[in-house]
Amino acid sequence: MEAVKSPKKTFVSTRNACKLCAPLGASVVFKGIKGCLPMIHGSQGCATYIRRYMISHFKEPVDIASSNFSEETTIFGGNRNFNTGIENIIQQYNPEVIGIASACLSETIGEDIPRLIREYRTVNASKALPVFVNASTPSYQGTHMDGFHEAVSSVVANLAECGETGTHINIFPGFVSPADLRHLKDILTDFGLDYVLFPDYSDSLDNPHWKEYQIIPEGGTAVSEIKRTGTAKASLEFGYILNLGGINSRITESKAAFTAAQWLEKNRSVIRCKLGMPIGINETDRFFKQLEELSGKPTPNRYERQRGRLVDAYVDGHKYVFGKRAIVYGDEDMVVGLVAFLTEIGIEPVLVASGGESGILKREIERITEGKYPQMKVVSGMDFESINEMTEELKPDIFIGNSKGYYISRRLGIPLVRVGFPVHDRFGAQRLQHLGYEGTQQLFDRITNALIEYKQEHSPVGYKYI
Amino acid sequence: MDPQRWKQEVLKKYPSKVAKKREKSIMVHEGADNIKPIQANVRTIPGIITQRGCTYAGCKGVVLGPTRDIVNLVHGPIGCSFYAWLTRRNQTLPPTPDSPNYMMYSFSTDMQDSNIVFGGEIKLKQACREAFELFKPKAIGIFSTCPVGLIGDDVHAVAREMKEELGINIFGFSCEGYKGVSQSAGHHIANNALVKHVIGLTDKAVEGKYKINMLGEYNIGGDAFELERILDKCGISLNSSFSGNSTMEQFERAHMADLNVVMCHRSINYVAEMMEKKYGIPWFKVNFIGAEASAKSLRKIADYFGDQDLKNRVEEVIAEELAIVKKSIDEIKPRTDGKMAMLFVGGSRAHHYQELFNELGMSTLSAGYEFGHRDDYEGRRVIPTITIDADSRNIEELTVEADPMKFKPRKTEEELKALEALDFNGYDGMLAEMAKGTLIIDDLSHYEMEKLIEIYHPDVFCAGIKEKYCVQKMGIPLKQLHSYDYGGPYAGFEGAVNFYKDIDMIVNTSIWKMIKAPWEAEPVIEAEYAA
Repeated sequence: MEAVKSPKKTFVSTRNACKLCAPLGASVVFKGIKGCLPMIHGSQGCATYIRRYMISHFKEPVDIASSNFSEETTIFGGNRNFNTGIENIIQQYNPEVIGIASACLSETIGEDIPRLIREYRTVNASKALPVFVNASTPSYQGTHMDGFHEAVSSVVANLAECGETGTHINIFPGFVSPADLRHLKDILTDFGLDYVLFPDYSDSLDNPHWKEYQIIPEGGTAVSEIKRTGTAKASLEFGYILNLGGINSRITESKAAFTAAQWLEKNRSVIRCKLGMPIGINETDRFFKQLEELSGKPTPNRYERQRGRLVDAYVDGHKYVFGKRAIVYGDEDMVVGLVAFLTEIGIEPVLVASGGESGILKREIERITEGKYPQMKVVSGMDFESINEMTEELKPDIFIGNSKGYYISRRLGIPLVRVGFPVHDRFGAQRLQHLGYEGTQQLFDRITNALIEYKQEHSPVGYKYI
Repeated sequence: MDPQRWKQEVLKKYPSKVAKKREKSIMVHEGADNIKPIQANVRTIPGIITQRGCTYAGCKGVVLGPTRDIVNLVHGPIGCSFYAWLTRRNQTLPPTPDSPNYMMYSFSTDMQDSNIVFGGEIKLKQACREAFELFKPKAIGIFSTCPVGLIGDDVHAVAREMKEELGINIFGFSCEGYKGVSQSAGHHIANNALVKHVIGLTDKAVEGKYKINMLGEYNIGGDAFELERILDKCGISLNSSFSGNSTMEQFERAHMADLNVVMCHRSINYVAEMMEKKYGIPWFKVNFIGAEASAKSLRKIADYFGDQDLKNRVEEVIAEELAIVKKSIDEIKPRTDGKMAMLFVGGSRAHHYQELFNELGMSTLSAGYEFGHRDDYEGRRVIPTITIDADSRNIEELTVEADPMKFKPRKTEEELKALEALDFNGYDGMLAEMAKGTLIIDDLSHYEMEKLIEIYHPDVFCAGIKEKYCVQKMGIPLKQLHSYDYGGPYAGFEGAVNFYKDIDMIVNTSIWKMIKAPWEAEPVIEAEYAA
């Protein structure tokens, strides 16, 4: 029974959420630190659920420990569990870094993780200890993206060194795919830039088959590199929204409301370059222009050719995509990037939806689309049932977003182009590309082909040439 | 490597206190005639990466998850509801496209900061009203997640109030994730609520002469459909299923069956026990994983009813089905014979699936449960000797008495005595069927798993998705026995054939031969793994 029920009503319950919980975002970031083993300070189920969810997307080993709260722990505090947990992790895994994310339970009872870390360090001062980083991530505040950005900024604020400004740059790409990260690294290398990319899970969450088993998968940004973020000459940060908004939580007021690049600008005088997700030609042009300025070099020929091919594809594919109506959903910065791109190719985003509640999504989307689509709906704090209920009125041709919207596209019989996270009903999510001219090319091809396939399959005469 | 030595090597890596605790959960089996106690159902030590999930997962995801016409409302922050949103791959088949099916919905109160501070009961009530208004469901179940217990929301009071207001069956579960040792605590909590709030509500039984309930079968990959096919072919009526492909009506009429058969002892034995006391329905253990085991289970059911017509029909069905199974075995067994499996899954699957491997000529070198108790290893006779710890005390033990109106003994004492061979209320556990010298490990840690594979190189390792990619990176194929790697069914006769094919495919793949690139001169470790 998948029919739509009573539309146009607001609900207090969330029906098929379009967001995940904060410690998941932090866990992704911790997996992007070299030699890091994440631990969730809370109930064992949190680690298990988050592992299973990340694994079904990345199809890679994802080991996350838990401090395993019991009823007793909830009453007397998690101190003992924390220490036992850390000790066991060191003994079994001997990681270079332990990344600790809090959970609903530890936050509700008011656990102070930085204090627990300090105490552990004091007691074990004589031993060689791993580096500890942490993020405050209760699920009742914000989404997985808030957890992600909280972890990035907290790690940087913890580790970034003071010192003389170097020639290197920082890049904080946000929650993108391992293939996106690899592409970014290629671009920066081709510009001859010395860079620190954080988090970098391009290998740790998409490893080749191993010669020998690695208990902590290789890859990730080394602590020594994260330290260098403090002396960079500039930080590139993708995303206009990040964790800067916040209707529903502390994020608006508390001191936690800063991004890594903001913190570095304020505390280490590292210039902050604000960029959107480089999806589509305009946003990618801005990114490359920034790289030209920072490197003092022109865009390498390879990327000029990529851009040229992308423009060529826009021209050739125009007739298949122009005027089509899309429902776009997912993480806020991802949907802003996607809308920027769709606007270029003439697909009308009739609904832009996110489970995030920054409160600034609408503003950013309007800025990017320059009032082109007066009918377009932009909704924060959205769930899939609300999207489902709006489809009758919106008459979309295509869905663009994660796997969770599949049931609606199936009901409507229209294509879903899978992007972002989670993608657990298709193979190769870790290799999906979104960023740069190259990533946009992939997206453009996938979207165009989805529309062609739809047309072909619904054609009464079975065209072979479309 | 000698398993005793393996154990000592592994324990060395743990801090001494941890080693002392893990020591009791790792055992070299001394054979069916010398079953030694094993430590099970104790809390996982912090920092040990475990396969286990939480109490909420066992309650919401496992037991109530497969029932299609109850709205499962998760009271808590969003993560828990999202992660349990149809992730178990249990299937359901509504009779018509318009029949209620809420399994694809993830309803949550999505608690925010303010709800944690000021309480979430008002939001919960509103969410109940919304679920009612949307679907007019027969029932709503309210599942508590971690913070709910801490802030003191009374989900049971809300459930009572909403039941009154909306006029449908609404009940709550205090299944906060931290409550128990594993999913197992959640199973027990779910069992209790079914007995308290659902079973016995309607006296309209399924039609048929031989009415049974199937307990502890969750229709992963369509298992229940295959079992329904077989029972139907034999003329046995399935009165209710707990809970694969089930409906609330089935639960409500469960007390009208004449026999309870139990598949997964761990997750559902409480309901079987309570229904026997309350309604007089005998229960025994069956196993429909494995063709021979399925045949044996069907014969047990036929013997229970004692009717010659039924016995004859069952024999006909078995002969017909086994003929097909044999054809498949004859083709596949030469390729699987002598290979070795390891199974670390569930509270019954690690035991049941050994049947299928035996049929393929494969031996089980090591096995253990993720959330089993001692009785699942050593048999129910050890139940009186199991120590009750703080974690188990946390979970309510319902005391039930014979229902004054609905208690009806199905068999006389003499009849039951004559049928003693059916082993009523019995389960001998996994160890009774495992070979001497095998390694039994409860709540296998990630680290122990790596060591098992490193030292023993099994031909197939059975666990879940969390283990899958680690094991495969080590050059060993992993078979997911929670979700069946999107295959199945594996139960019954057709299921057995599916399983043979899938195991043949994975243990005989040629991919491992490609690991070494042509430019690599040095022999690599994986060369050993390539069979």
